[in-house]
Amino acid sequence: MNSRAQIRRLSDGRRLHLHDGPIDVILEASGEPGEVERAYRASAARFTNILGELCSELRFLRAPARLDSKLPGGPVARRMLDAVLPFCDETFITPMAAVAGAVAEELLDEMTSAAILKKAYVNDGGDIAFHLAPGERFVIGMVELPQKPSMFGTTAIHCDDPVRGIATSGWRGRSFSLGIADSATVLASHAALADAAATLIANAVDLPGHPAIYRVPACDLAPDSDLGSRLVTQEIGQLARSEIHQALNSGIAVAESFQRRGLIHSAALTLRGIVQTVEPHVTLPAAESCSR
Amino acid sequence: MADDAIRCDACPVLCYIKPGRTGACDRYANAGGKLIRIDPHVVLERAVERGDTLVPFLETVRDWDGTLLNGEQTFVTAIGAGTTYPDYKPAPFIISSEVAGVDMVTVVTEGIFSYCGVKLKIDTDRHLGPECSTVRSQGQAIGHVTTSEYGSQMMSLGGVRHLTGGTRREGTATCDALLNLCNGNAVELTVDNGAAIEVQANQPPVVDGVREERMRVGCGSATIGMFAKQWFGKVDEVVVVDDHITGVLSEHQAGKLLGVPETGIKMKGQRSTPGRYFRVAEPGTSWGGTNIDDPLSILDPFDPEAARPGLRLLMVSTTGEHRAYFELDETLTPREKDLPEPLARSVERIRDNCEPALCTVLFMGGAGGSLRAGVTENPVQLTHSVGKALTRVTCGGAPVYVWPGGGITFMVDVSRVPANAFGYVPTPALVAPIEFSLRLSDYAALGGYMDSVKPLHSITHEDDASRRISAHADNPWPLAPERGNK
Repeated sequence: MNSRAQIRRLSDGRRLHLHDGPIDVILEASGEPGEVERAYRASAARFTNILGELCSELRFLRAPARLDSKLPGGPVARRMLDAVLPFCDETFITPMAAVAGAVAEELLDEMTSAAILKKAYVNDGGDIAFHLAPGERFVIGMVELPQKPSMFGTTAIHCDDPVRGIATSGWRGRSFSLGIADSATVLASHAALADAAATLIANAVDLPGHPAIYRVPACDLAPDSDLGSRLVTQEIGQLARSEIHQALNSGIAVAESFQRRGLIHSAALTLRGIVQTVEPHVTLPAAESCSR
Repeated sequence: MADDAIRCDACPVLCYIKPGRTGACDRYANAGGKLIRIDPHVVLERAVERGDTLVPFLETVRDWDGTLLNGEQTFVTAIGAGTTYPDYKPAPFIISSEVAGVDMVTVVTEGIFSYCGVKLKIDTDRHLGPECSTVRSQGQAIGHVTTSEYGSQMMSLGGVRHLTGGTRREGTATCDALLNLCNGNAVELTVDNGAAIEVQANQPPVVDGVREERMRVGCGSATIGMFAKQWFGKVDEVVVVDDHITGVLSEHQAGKLLGVPETGIKMKGQRSTPGRYFRVAEPGTSWGGTNIDDPLSILDPFDPEAARPGLRLLMVSTTGEHRAYFELDETLTPREKDLPEPLARSVERIRDNCEPALCTVLFMGGAGGSLRAGVTENPVQLTHSVGKALTRVTCGGAPVYVWPGGGITFMVDVSRVPANAFGYVPTPALVAPIEFSLRLSDYAALGGYMDSVKPLHSITHEDDASRRISAHADNPWPLAPERGNK
C-alpha cells in the first residue's frame, strides 16, 4: 500500500472511490456479491501501483508520440501510447492526452479478469471505461458544464454497440485545452482512444486569432506541462452566434474524419449552449435545448 | 526552470507549481512561495432535523448557491483550513457568529500532530497476540497490543516514538497506517507471535482471513446462566466453550438450581468454581477463542459411575458460531448427531444476542505550542480555558474527549469526523482538524487575535472553495449549549 492512495466505498455502499495524487476514480461493478467484492479487491490492489508506474516514465509520456516511439514499460503507459499513435503523424499529441482513459481501462480490465460481472464502469474524472455482459446496457447522461450539472442529453449503450469508452474534453476541465469547446464528448471502442480523440476534437473547436479569446503559454501556468509553450485557453469573451457555429464546425470536421477512419463511434460538441453531434446514436431532447 | 515555481512532493508527479496555481491534482497549491493543501474547506451544516448524514466528497455541490446562512445552523470546520505551522501566526480562520443571542467565536486550524496515535478496539474473543506484543504494518513496528477488555482486544498504534523516534521506514509505515485508519480505510496488521488482522473503522475485523461476525454474548459461565432454563429438559449436558471461562451446565450453579443431575462429564483445564473452568485449551482463533477445532478434545472420558448411554450433550461457543451435538454410545463415547430442532433454536438465540463485532478507531493527539499560539498570544490561557470548559474543542465538528490534567490531549471517534478529514506531512506527522469555540468575550480575555476575527457570513460568501456538508446525525451540534457534562 502506498502512503497516498485512498480507497473507500462511498456512502451508498455500492461505488468505490479511489484517489491518488492527481488520479480520482469512481467505479461500480454489478453482479453476484462475491464477484463484485473480488472485482473491487482486484481494482484496489492494482490502483495503488498505477501512479508510481506512470511517474517512472513521465518524461517519455510527456514527449510527443511518434510512430517509431519505443514501447513503454508499464501497461497503462502502453495503453496511452497505443491510443495516441493513430493521430501522431498528423498532429502534435503526447501519450498524456490519453492518461485518464488508459487508467480507467486498466482498472476495468483488472476487474473483469478477476470476476464475472454483469456490468461495470470506471469513471476517471469523466473519462469512462465500461463493461457490458450480453443483454446489458448503460444509459449515460451528458453534462455541458461540470459546475452546472444539468444534462443536455442522454445516450444508451447496448452490449451490441461497439462502444466501451466515453471521454469528454474541454477548456474548462482540469487539463489545458488548445481549443474553446465547452465540452467534446466522444464514444469509442475503448476509453483511452476516446480520451485522445476528445482532446484533439476539443482542440479543433477553435477560432484562431480571435481577439476575445485569451490564451497563455501552457508552461507559464505549469512549467512542466507536456504542452510546452503552446497557447492554452484561459478565458473567452463575447462570441457571435455565427462564430460559435464556425468553431463547432471545425471540431465536427475533425470528428467526422476520425469517424471515417474508424477511430471513433460518435461525438457531441458544445459551445455556449449550442450542441452539434456526429452520428445519430446520441438522442437529444427537443430542439429548444439545443439552442439554449 | 522558473525560479518562482516550487516543487510539490506530495506525490511522485512532483509538479512544479507557479505562484497562485495548483498542481495537477488541484489539491496542493503555491501560495506566495509556500506549498499549501487546498482540499475544499468543509463547512458543516446543521441538518439534524432533516436526518441527513454526511455526504461523501464527490457528491457535494462545490458551488455556493448564495443562500444567506443562519449563523446558528452553520459551523466552519478546520478541514482544509490550512495550518499555522511552523509560524506563530493567527489561525487561518477565526470566525464569529451569534448563538442564542451570545457572540461566539470559533478558531479553526488544522493541527500538525507529531504526538498522536490511534486507540483501536477490536471486538473479538479470538487471541490476537500476547499483551505488549509488537503490532506491525508493512513489516514495521507501529504499535503494541494492550489490555483485553470485555469482548474486545485493545491496541495502541502510533505515538511519537514510532512516528519520529525510529527509522524513516518505521515512521512512514506508522504514518500510513494511522492516516488510513483515521480516514476510514482498511489496514492490514500483524501481531508478533499472534494473528494477522485487517481492521477498518466501523467494520468487522478480519482475523487470519476470517471475518468476525459477532461479539460473544458473555463468558462461558455467563452463557450457561443466561440459557440454562431454555436448555433444561431438552438436553442433559451443555458445555459452553470459552477461552476465558468455559461453563458446564450440570455442575454450574444455574444447573444445580434447576436440579440438573450429574452427567459424569470430565473437563480438562483448571476448575475455578463449580461448573467454571479456566484454560481448557490454548488461546487461538477457533472455538470460543481457543485453538481447538474438535470440541471433544477438551473432555476426558466420562465417569462410568455417573454417565449412561444415550446421554445428550451440546457443545457450543460463546457466539453460537461453533456448535456440535453428541449422544453417548454403549461405551460412553460421544457420537456426533444432527442438532435437534429445539437446541438449534437456542444456539440461534445465542447468536441473536451477540452484538455485531466492529473495529473502532479513536484518534488521540495533543495540541502543541504552535497550534495553541495560533489561537492566542498567551497559549497557556487556552489550556486553562479548555480545562475550565469555557472553550469547547471539536475535531471536524465532532465531539472530543479532552483528557483531564495538563495540556490539550484529546480523543475523537474518527467515524464521527467528516470523510477524509485527516492528512499528513512528511515529518512524518498527522494533520487533523481542530476547532476551539468560545464566547467572544472569553476569547478577548484570554488574549485572542481580535483583529483577525471575521464574521461567519464573510467566510461562507467570499470563500467559494468551501464545501457544505450535513452534520453527522449522531454528533451534538458543536455550538449547542452544553448540557451539564464537564
